[in-house]
Amino acid sequence: MEEGCVTMGLDVSKDSFFTTKLDDIIGWARKNSLWPMPMGISCCAIEMMAFAGPRTDVSRFGSEAFRFSPRQSDLMIVAGTVTYKMSHVVRKIYDQMPDPKWVIAMGACTSSGGMYRSYSVVQGIDLFIPVDVYVAGCPPRPDNLLRGLMEVQAKITRGEKPGQKEKIYVPEHA
Amino acid sequence: MKEIILEKLNVQFSTAIESVNEYRGELTIIVKKPKIRDICFLLRDDPQLQFDSLRDVCGADYYRHDDRFEVIYNLYSIPNKFRLRLKVRMSESDIHVDSVVPVWSTADWEERETYDMFGIIFDGHPDMRRIYMPEEFEYYPLRKDFPLMGIPGSLPLPRK
Repeated sequence: MEEGCVTMGLDVSKDSFFTTKLDDIIGWARKNSLWPMPMGISCCAIEMMAFAGPRTDVSRFGSEAFRFSPRQSDLMIVAGTVTYKMSHVVRKIYDQMPDPKWVIAMGACTSSGGMYRSYSVVQGIDLFIPVDVYVAGCPPRPDNLLRGLMEVQAKITRGEKPGQKEKIYVPEHA
Repeated sequence: MKEIILEKLNVQFSTAIESVNEYRGELTIIVKKPKIRDICFLLRDDPQLQFDSLRDVCGADYYRHDDRFEVIYNLYSIPNKFRLRLKVRMSESDIHVDSVVPVWSTADWEERETYDMFGIIFDGHPDMRRIYMPEEFEYYPLRKDFPLMGIPGSLPLPRK
């Protein structure tokens, strides 16, 4: 209980009252119910499915509700190679998500174009949408993506606005 | 099988055959461009040949003055279990070739791909549009003079 109170930003008073800041408790609620928009474009999507599966079990973090409607989600996991042609679709879906919204760039292609140094592939999705966390790997292991999710949660706990401040990079063997 | 093909082609198209090459059991015939569709009809309809399957159409850019581009047709005869490769060559100044969609309808998307990547125009194709790149793209990416990383600004990104 004590530990839970700390993460919620609560103070336990003698009379069984909790006091906190509104932003803190909203942030606590938000970070434990990040509903992902699975932007599964290519092979990283397979690892993203494993991330939702029983072994890594993302429901421990409250993110098991993968929404296929952008209007019901607040975390976009961009999992795969984004081509110039696809970039407009990704941006449109991002625009349709309600604020506040966070973005994880999953894998090498999404973060930097990866091995596709080519005319057709966008060399990193941060060229057209703000990214909060970059997850390394080709594809990243599901546990590494889980770490990426935890970094987003930490960002919300710190009260940072989405797509601002410093970028967070999750290395391959975190 | 090789002898039958060459014999049949020589009867009708002896002047249209530029060269015949066999390498590791793969037969390649380079034919003259104006006759490609007629040759394909013969190969498909002849009861002994029966090249009923067009496996792929692709292009090549040799980046030279004459006969810069090549279109390659990979045929397969399912009854005879035999593969055949046809090639036509063309210069940049005359970058047209007859479509083989009337022969094998599967050539539709493959010719569109070749058009998209090399700019080779297939006359008589029912829907000669780009297939991979955006409609308004102005270049042909698999040409040798196209830079690997593309031309900056030629593919628009969404506004950030």
